[in-house]
Amino acid sequence: MSEDEENREMIEIFVMGKRYKVPKGLTIMTALEYAGYKYVRGCGCRGGFCGACATIYRTEDEYKFKMDLACQTAVQDGMFLVQLPFVPAVREDFDIEEVDPKENDNVMLDYYSEIARCVSCNTCTKACPQDIEAMDYVQAALRGDVERCADLSFDCIQCGLCSIRCPADIKHYHLAQLARRITGRYIHEHSDELEKRVQEIKNGEYDDKMKEMVEMEMEELKKLYEERDIREEG
Amino acid sequence: MTDGYPDYMQESIKKVKETREERMGKTYDRMTPSEGQEVLNNFHPDYKKEGKEELKIGPSKGRKVPTELAKLLRARSLIDPSEIDLTQVDHDVDVLIIGGGGAGTVAALWSVYEGIDPENILISTKLRHGDSNSMMAQGGIQAADKDDDSPIKHYLDAIGGGHFTNVPELVKALTIDGPKVLKWHEELGIMYDREEDGNFVELPGGGTSRYRLHSSGDYTGMELMRVLRDEADNLDIPVLEFTPAVELLKDDKGQVAGALLMNLETNEYYVVRAKSTVMATGGFGRLHVQAFPTTNHYGATGDGLIMGYRAGVPIRDLDSVQYHPTGAAFPDQIVGLLVTEKVRSLGAQPVNMDGELFVNPLEPRDIEAAAIIRECRGRENGVTTPTGMQGVWLDSPLIEMKSGEGTIEDTLPAMVRQYERFGIDITKEPILVYPTLHYQNGGLIINEDGSTPVKGLFAGGEVEGGVHGKNRLMGNSLLDYNVFGRRAGMTAAKHAKKASIGKLTLDHVNDYNQQIEDAGIKTDKKSPLLLPEYRGKKVLERHLDVEVTL
Ligand SMILES: Cc1cc2nc3c(=O)[nH]c(=O)nc-3n(C[C@H](O)[C@H](O)[C@H](O)COP(=O)(O)OP(=O)(O)OC[C@H]3O[C@@H](n4cnc5c(N)ncnc54)[C@H](O)[C@@H]3O)c2cc1C
Ligand code: FES
Repeated sequence: MSEDEENREMIEIFVMGKRYKVPKGLTIMTALEYAGYKYVRGCGCRGGFCGACATIYRTEDEYKFKMDLACQTAVQDGMFLVQLPFVPAVREDFDIEEVDPKENDNVMLDYYSEIARCVSCNTCTKACPQDIEAMDYVQAALRGDVERCADLSFDCIQCGLCSIRCPADIKHYHLAQLARRITGRYIHEHSDELEKRVQEIKNGEYDDKMKEMVEMEMEELKKLYEERDIREEG
Repeated sequence: MTDGYPDYMQESIKKVKETREERMGKTYDRMTPSEGQEVLNNFHPDYKKEGKEELKIGPSKGRKVPTELAKLLRARSLIDPSEIDLTQVDHDVDVLIIGGGGAGTVAALWSVYEGIDPENILISTKLRHGDSNSMMAQGGIQAADKDDDSPIKHYLDAIGGGHFTNVPELVKALTIDGPKVLKWHEELGIMYDREEDGNFVELPGGGTSRYRLHSSGDYTGMELMRVLRDEADNLDIPVLEFTPAVELLKDDKGQVAGALLMNLETNEYYVVRAKSTVMATGGFGRLHVQAFPTTNHYGATGDGLIMGYRAGVPIRDLDSVQYHPTGAAFPDQIVGLLVTEKVRSLGAQPVNMDGELFVNPLEPRDIEAAAIIRECRGRENGVTTPTGMQGVWLDSPLIEMKSGEGTIEDTLPAMVRQYERFGIDITKEPILVYPTLHYQNGGLIINEDGSTPVKGLFAGGEVEGGVHGKNRLMGNSLLDYNVFGRRAGMTAAKHAKKASIGKLTLDHVNDYNQQIEDAGIKTDKKSPLLLPEYRGKKVLERHLDVEVTL
């Protein structure tokens, strides 16, 4: 934020192997920008929600690769950084009307048969910047436990790091998306209250009152607003 | 990794801890209208005289907008029309959608439901499909479906929250369509938080009189967006990523007739001819109005306002900008990012450096934000961070005292994760917050069917104005992009079935440049902005403008 760079403690990073000095206290993303890189790819929400900034890095004294989100990770002295290209994983089209788990043996296997090749190496789980139990949800899908797959994968931001690392070429984040949609559509109970309200609206039950509101004089509307009862506690 | 709060802040945290027990269960009275007005006048950034500029040209000449936006509205076009060959059409479609966020994707789906072949739709988007503000929403979406609630109550809350400046017909559309939208979401398989019986878990939000906020943990926006995108993929709707629109096209009859796109990686332009064009480019948080940090995604640079305005669409309510009361103020790496209102909905109280309550946690956003600024700047009861930011505490541990251990982990996983990365455990320690630039309240003028006053152009979502007047309530913009994305998509589809397009032109851009000239405006800027500039100052000072060719 502050351009008062002179007084800041500087650290050294390597971007695609090139050395740069950047102030301490930045994220990987803002450090690259400080160094002069302008993002076109690899940057979306800047807040840990979209998965555009998935990145691989290594620190100077370690041989292991680490994986994380560039927008959510503090830059450290001696980091080797890269920008990741996109993940070209195949996604299977489906018709939401045709994936009722009660009418299919194992709907997950129908669409993503490669989950049967999972060798339980857990590399996907280790790669996940969201700490999701990715291998466990793949195993749940394999067993046909769609809801468990949906619940375990719920926080997935679809960055694709799991699938890049998978030796069996499983498309974790796509199959998890299918599991969640099946769960929302077929496994979770739907709302009666909502259904009732939709019917009331269809039947025009609010039409007259709404017309009155739209045409109401400002003063009257203000009065109504100030006098409305507010539900304060659950 | 940063290791939590520095020692000197711990003293203040101690006071927060000590007062917690006593504060729990207490409320702070909501302000009376005149108290609210007073704090707004004295402390809300919108009410400052500086920071705004009157527009000298264009369809809303005379209106005031933030200086940062005014500069782009009086800038020259990014393109020189004389360099563009409009006779070679690259994509000829029924419906062009500009913006692959929530509103754009909803519009595309409803164009298909309305009978347009997916092949005859094109979505142009700046980053990847789904990289958008829609993806980031945490709190939830409003819709009046509970027994003790009604679309009428929702209407009253929305219009009162907007200080009665909203367009009544648009508020009506927003609130009466709400339950329908949720029903559609159920059919698509969106996973909302539900009670055992299938009814929704609903929470209150700032300015709402009922529990009306539906959510999916604190990943609500992401859950909606990823399902909508998934469905667009299922229907094979074509999307051009990293290929934003840079200017609208018109035809010789004066109607909007598509857009000029630019491939961000090769800089090649593409001509898209379309019978209907939907503007769904979202908001302008990345303009950093009054130098505030922002919660918005990287591409939120207000491009749709610029393109739409040049094509003749008037704008409204852009003089008011929404500052979210609670942006992160510490640690530095996440300054400005959102601390969702849901944290307050669940029971966390804002308190000052001494652990004292100073405002009701659920005032409308502008009042809540102004009260926090007053506590820091006016009363000097804020906490100063190592980089000189100010903030007040949002006492999150209260949530678990009220609703039991594990509640935070269950309902706010994104929040927990974000702070954990920096060594802060929000189930035990409070969060330091300060207002952040969040939402573009106003925008392009639309009718209730999603059409703009210029033929052939439709709009939905954050880019349009009138739905929320001068202040939006939490949960009403996810609803907005669904309701008006849907309406814009359906109306665009109907229009496309009967429209015919004449000869393409960019004359309106030439005209606009002429108006800049005639008004004696001096500018070296070009717009739309497309991407904000965050490169280091030193690098930019030494930057050579040289094209390296092979
Ligand atoms: C952090 C955060 C939290 C929020 N929480 C809530 C909440 O809890 N409840 C709620 O109701 N609202 C919330 N909001 C507001 C809400 O998310 C947005 O107002 C809404 O999603 C906007 O939808 P949209 O489709 O209009 O815009 P966006 O979703 O932003 O989509 C616009 C798209 O257009 C693209 N684009 C921009 N310019 C161009 C161009 N020139 N050419 C092509 N494409 C372009 C963008 O890159 C983007 O993909 C939140 C917003 C943020 C930022
Ligand atoms: S930019 Fe979206 S997760 Fe990092």
